[in-house]
Parts: sequence; structure tokens; C-alpha cells
Amino acid sequence: MDGVAQLQKQLVDYTASLFQEGFLDEQFNQLQQLQDESNPDFVVEVVSLFFEDSERLLNELAKALEQKTIDFRKVDAHVHQFKGSSSSIGAQRVQKVCIAFRNYCEEQNIEGCLKCLQQVKHEYSLVKSKLETLFKIEKQLIAAGGSIPT
Amino acid sequence: MAFTMESCNCIDPQWPADELLMKYQYISDFFIALAYFSIPLELIYFVKKSAVFPYRWVLVQFGAFIVLCGATHLINLWTFTTHSKTVAIVMTTAKVLTAAVSCATALMLVHIIPDLLSVKTREMFLKNKAAELDREMGLILTQEETGRHVRMLTHEIRSTLDRHTILKTTLVELGRTLALEECALWMPTRTGLELQLSYTLRQQNPVGYTVPIHLPVINQVFSSNHAVKISPNSPVARLRPLPGKYMPGEVVAVRVPLLHLSNFQIDDWPELSTKRYALMILMLPSDSARQWHDHELDLVEVVADQVAVALSHAAILEESMRARDLLMEQNVALDLARREAETAVRARNDFLAVMNHEMRTPMHAIIALSSLLQETELTPEQRLMVETILKSSYLLDTLINDVLDLSKLEDGSLQLDIGTFNLHSIFKEVLNLIKPVASVKKLSVTLNLVQDLPVYAVGDEKRLMQTVLNVVGNAVKFSKEGSISITAFVAKPDCLRDSRAPDFFPVPSDDHFYLRVQVKDSGSGISPQDIPKLFTKFSQTQSLATRNSGGSGLGLAICKRFVNLMEGHIWLDSEGPGKGCTAIFIVKLGIRRLSNESKFPFAPKVSANHGLTNFPGLKVLLMDNNGVSRTVTRGLLVHLGCEVTTVGLSEECLRVVSHEHQVVFLDVCAPGVDGYELAVAIHEKFTVRHEKPLIVALTGDTDEVTKENCARVGINGVIMKPVSVDKMRSILAELLEHRVLY
Repeated sequence: MDGVAQLQKQLVDYTASLFQEGFLDEQFNQLQQLQDESNPDFVVEVVSLFFEDSERLLNELAKALEQKTIDFRKVDAHVHQFKGSSSSIGAQRVQKVCIAFRNYCEEQNIEGCLKCLQQVKHEYSLVKSKLETLFKIEKQLIAAGGSIPT
Repeated sequence: MAFTMESCNCIDPQWPADELLMKYQYISDFFIALAYFSIPLELIYFVKKSAVFPYRWVLVQFGAFIVLCGATHLINLWTFTTHSKTVAIVMTTAKVLTAAVSCATALMLVHIIPDLLSVKTREMFLKNKAAELDREMGLILTQEETGRHVRMLTHEIRSTLDRHTILKTTLVELGRTLALEECALWMPTRTGLELQLSYTLRQQNPVGYTVPIHLPVINQVFSSNHAVKISPNSPVARLRPLPGKYMPGEVVAVRVPLLHLSNFQIDDWPELSTKRYALMILMLPSDSARQWHDHELDLVEVVADQVAVALSHAAILEESMRARDLLMEQNVALDLARREAETAVRARNDFLAVMNHEMRTPMHAIIALSSLLQETELTPEQRLMVETILKSSYLLDTLINDVLDLSKLEDGSLQLDIGTFNLHSIFKEVLNLIKPVASVKKLSVTLNLVQDLPVYAVGDEKRLMQTVLNVVGNAVKFSKEGSISITAFVAKPDCLRDSRAPDFFPVPSDDHFYLRVQVKDSGSGISPQDIPKLFTKFSQTQSLATRNSGGSGLGLAICKRFVNLMEGHIWLDSEGPGKGCTAIFIVKLGIRRLSNESKFPFAPKVSANHGLTNFPGLKVLLMDNNGVSRTVTRGLLVHLGCEVTTVGLSEECLRVVSHEHQVVFLDVCAPGVDGYELAVAIHEKFTVRHEKPLIVALTGDTDEVTKENCARVGINGVIMKPVSVDKMRSILAELLEHRVLY
């Protein structure tokens, strides 16, 4: 029982830290709420979907910004999508960067956009690794026989 | 007997002087014979007359004797002159017979005379006896008369319950029965040291004579329960001014016990030593030479006792009437007080109701406007100020609510709203509410709902949540670091009895179970002596650290009352400052009976652990071109029990939408997608009004422009993404009810 409690504590602490550092926000809680017996892997599914979507979007963004003449509308559309996805799962920092990104797009500021792209990639990879770690701990906990504290 | 000539045979010639003598003899004999013959006749006559004479034959004998004697004397008449032999023979026969009979009679008389004498004695005896019986008869008659008098007196005395009438009647009746000259009653004064003349028979208004109570004559009378003869010269008896030459009649005095109410105890007899007595004086008429007879004394004693009883009854009646009057007065006063209290309570409730409304209205204005202000462009200082205003208003709002709740709780008018609710979801919601604050403070919150905890329970959901929230909130408030663990389980009977709550004996039954919730924190802890104060209103522990954490001190008091209303118990355990604290409460909840499923007519497709499925089977169409967000929203709607169809493109949406879909969710802010056109198109697809689905726009920005646009195209509602479960639920509820949401 001790091991489970410890894992639980670890999980909780880690999650708390993610919130505190701004990686995740309330929306992530909402996702966790939607997870239950009939939908036990909801969070993982959504997050995986997010990862897929994000990778695609980032590629598209990179491609779009490499063009000679940048189609800001297209860039904006992608960023909008990215913003939407990240806000759907509660990746707060990513979302914030997206907002800034969109501003630059409106201003048609290439420098700003490129900078933001870097930023957003960075934030995305950060949040991705954090979420992966989180899921790992969860897996360990379940393997040890405990239940995820809701 | 005259000597006869024949016996002597004397030759002497008859003297002439003897002729005189013979003449006298002749006459005497004649009269003797006459007498002798008449005596028996008289005897026979009188005996015949009398019925009772036992010795008749003696009479005959006697008669014979007398007759023969008479005959002898008669025959003697012929012997005075010369007579023949026949006469001599007859004479001799007569004499012989006479001799025989007289001897026989003489012998007989020896027997008879003693008898006759004894008859006389017996007669004497019987006479005496008769006289005695007469006397006794007289006595009995007198006694019976006395008894009659007593009964009559008693009846008179008892026919009234008024003291004065009783006493007056007594004196009057006694005076009449015994033909008294004067009759008086001396009553003891309040001090008990003197006797005062209270009632007299003849004198109308006795002036307040008093005699000291310890006179020897009075002591004598008081010490015996008999009527005692006293001297007419004693001070109690000198009632009337006596003209000198009259001999005052005999005076008798008797004590009349005055029994008090307190004497009539059920278990013990009245104490003789504490009795008070009154003195009754009875005076025979002066100069009458009448004496007090025993039966009269008896009468007096009996009457005295009866008077005592009658007086006591009167006294008891007076007491009870007085007590009843007192009670009536008290009743009236109590009634008045109760009505006043009711008025006061009503006035207070009215005041509270008015104040409630009056206070809340400005509060709402402040809070609403401050929140709105918060959303506008503000400088950091302004933002800080607005936030402070908001925080303070929230606090004030809470305080108002608490005070109003508490006053409702206190006067007992608060009643629980019993309903079926999801127990697990209460804890989850509390957790959600507390997580942000806890994460800011870097506190970890864990919730452990034990397996056998029922999902559904019957009770007051709102107040249970308030209690849990308050307790958990306190735990978070007073912990600066560490972890908080919330455990909820069904309390078993043996662990229900806690040494900290010794008079709390909950008994689970088939309909109820006891929920036990433990909230353990690793915060600042509480010293044991402060624990009892925690549940009192408005008290706060004095430590500076906690002072700043706000709160009015009412929270725990309210919780305690809620818990008590739910027939439970709440207490806190702490080992001391700095060692954390555990709050434990137990409440009684009902077990949901399956017949109570009126709220959930469809068996939801998802398992029962799914939470409140408010919208079972609601068919919904979701259009969102962002895959992630689409998945999330879909999950949300499925969680709420809806049947969700998802599409990613507008054309697909138009194709798929049917009259079966009651609500359509459109993402209107994605560039390249004109949500408004889509909405219009959907509207045009369904011409029949009741087939038209409700359209809800999901957007990232809600501003007036967007709202206007939505309204223009006939969109029924706008929601801002991201949307929480609760928000979605309430939105759907509102939408389905009102068909519009703005």
C-alpha cells in the first residue's frame, strides 16, 4: 500500500507542479473529469490526438513560413487551429504563444512570426514531454494497483 | 266459743241476769255467722273477678272452713235455749266438720303462705326491673336524640364552605340543641400567643377580647380531646356581665383543632405537636340548676371535631381557589409573553427578509459591476484595486449569507431539502473548486472514496456540499504546505462510537447509512484547548498567522448546525500547533431506493458510475474543424449522456443534420468556415418549426459583435470555448427549457 500511496503522491505533486508552472490550466482538469469507467483513456486519447495534430500543424507552419511570399492568412489559420487545440486540452503556455503569434500574423511581422514559431515549438515540446512523464507515472500507479486520484 | 249448756249440764236454773248476757251472745253469734257466710261470698266474687289466682281450691277449702264456722255459730243460736237432741247432733256434726276443715286449712296454709309471700317478692323484683329498664330506655332515647342533633348540626355545618358561616352555624345550633345561655369561640391570633374572642352566640359583635394562650385552664382544655368543665370565673368564661345575684350556670370548654393544609400529607399523619386549637365555651343558663350530662358532653366533643373538619375543608377550598386564580393569572401572563415573543420573532424575520433583499441587491450590483470592470482595460494599479474590491465584496456576500443562514438555523426554521443526489460528484466538485487554490499554495489534495460508498444518497445536497467545502476549505486555508487528504466511507457501527463523541450513538438501519468524512491536513494545527471554541460563532483562534486568512468565524458554526440537522456529529482532532489537524464528521444519509428513479426514466447507456446524466439520449450534432477540440467537446457531450454525431466540414454538417438532432453545435470562429452561413442554411433546411434544431455557436471570443451576428442568423446561443462540464450542463438545461441562451 505504501508504494501506491507514494506513487499517488508523486502523481499529485507532479500534476500540481505542472499547473503551477503554467503548463496546464483548468481545461486539463475538465478533461480529467470527462474520464471515467466508460471512457477510461479519454485524456490519453485526446492528448495523443493533440500531439498528432500539433506535429502536423507545426510542419505546416514551418513550411508556410519558409515560402518566399508568406501567406499570412494561411499561417493565421494554422495558428488559429493550434491555438484552438492547445486551449482544448489546456496547454496554457502554448496557447499564450499562439495568441502572440496571431498578433504578429495580423501585423504581418515576419520576424515576430518566426520568433513565435520557435517559441511555440519549444513550448510544445516542453508540454509534450511533461505530459508523457505524467502518463508514465499514471501507468506505473495503475500497474501497482492504485487508482488515479480524481 | 261460747260454752254450751249441754256440756256442762249444770242444774242451775237460768238466771235472769244471764238473759242479758245470752241476748248479747245471741246477737254476736248471729253477726259472726253472718260475717262468716258473707266472707266466702266476697271471696268468690272477687276471685271470679280476678283472672289470676293460682290457689282456687285453697279458696274452696277456706270457704268451706268459713262456711262451717258460720254454720256452727248459726247453730249456736239455737243452743241458747233448751233444745232438742237433733239440734245437738247437728251442732256436733257441724263442729266436727268445722274442726276437720279448719285443721286441714291450717295445714294447708303452712304451705301456701310462703308461696304467697314469694309472689310478692317477685312482684317487687319485677317492678324494680321495669323501673330500671325505663331508665335505660330514657338514656337510649336521649342518646339517639343527641345523635340526631349531631347529625343535624353536622349537616348544617357541612352545608357551607364558608368559614364564618360554619362557625356561626355551629354556635347557633349548639345553642339551640343544648339550650345554652351563651356559646363562644376563641381563635388563636396570628402570633399564636393569644386567643381572641371571635364569635359569640348572643352578642352581635364581640369586641376584641384577648386572653394569653398559656393560661393553665386553657392548657388543661387543650391537652385533652374531651369537653372539660371549667369554672365560670375563669377569664375565658367571663363573657357576659353577670348581675350579682345570679348563680352562673356550669361552663364547659372544648378544643377545636385547626388543621392546616400542610397537615394533609399523603404519607404522614398530622403532627400533634404543631396543632393549633381554638377554644369553644358553652354556658348553661344561669340559675337553672341544670347540670352537664355526659351525653351532652359527648355531643359537644363530636361537634367540635366536625367543626374542625369543616373548617379544614373550607380552608382547602380557599387555597385551591386561590391557586386556581393564580394559575389563571400566570396563564394569561405566559400567553402574553408568548405572543410577544412570537411578534418579536416575526419582526426579526421580517427584518431579516427585508435586509436580506436590501443587502443583497447592492452587493450584487457591486460584485457584478466589479467583475465587469475587471474585464475591461485597466492599469495594474487599477486592476489591483478592482480585485481587492471584488474580494472584499465576495467576503461580504459570504458573510451576509452566513449570517442569514445562521439566524435561520438558530430559530429552527431551517429545513433540509431532501433529495436524491450523487454523493461521489459532491466530493469531485469540492475537489475541483479547491484545486486551484490548493495548487497555488502548492498543496496536494487527494480524495479517497472507499469502494462501498454508495454513489447515490438521499439528503440535502447543497448543505452537505457546503459542509464538505467549508471543512476542506478550512484545511486548505490553514495549511501553508504539505498535503490534504479527504477520505469518505460508510461508518461501521463499532467505529461509530468514538471516544471523542461519547454521547453519539448512531444506529444504521435499512434505510440509512452514516457517511464519515475525514479531512486531514498537515497545516498549522490547533491547540486542544481551542478546539471547543471553534464551533462557536464568531470566534477565531488568536494566532496572527491565521488572522490574515480571512473568514468570519461562522463557517464551522454553520457546519455544525447543518451536521446536527443531518443527525450527525462533527469534531476536530489536533495534536497541537504545527502538527496538522483532522476534521471528522459523520452525517446520516438515506439510501436511495430504486423506486426513487423518477428522475432517470431511461436506464442510461453508460454505467451508473457516470454521474448525473441530465440529458439521456439527447441527439446532438457537433461541427468543429479542429480535431482536438472536436474530440474534447464530443467527450464532454457524451459525458452528459448525449448521443453525439461529429462532422468536420460545413457541407458534411448540412448533409448529416436531420430532424432527429435537437441541438447543433457549430464552431463559428474558425477562419475559412462561415458559421453564420451554415446556421442560416440549417434554418432553411427545416421549414417546420418543431423540427428545427437548436443551434449553439462555439467561439473563442464572445463580444457584442459576435453575439449580434449570431442572433441575426437565428442562432439560439453562444458559448465561449473552452467550456467546462458544468457550464455545458447548465447551458443545455437552460437551452432546452427556454430555447434561447444569451
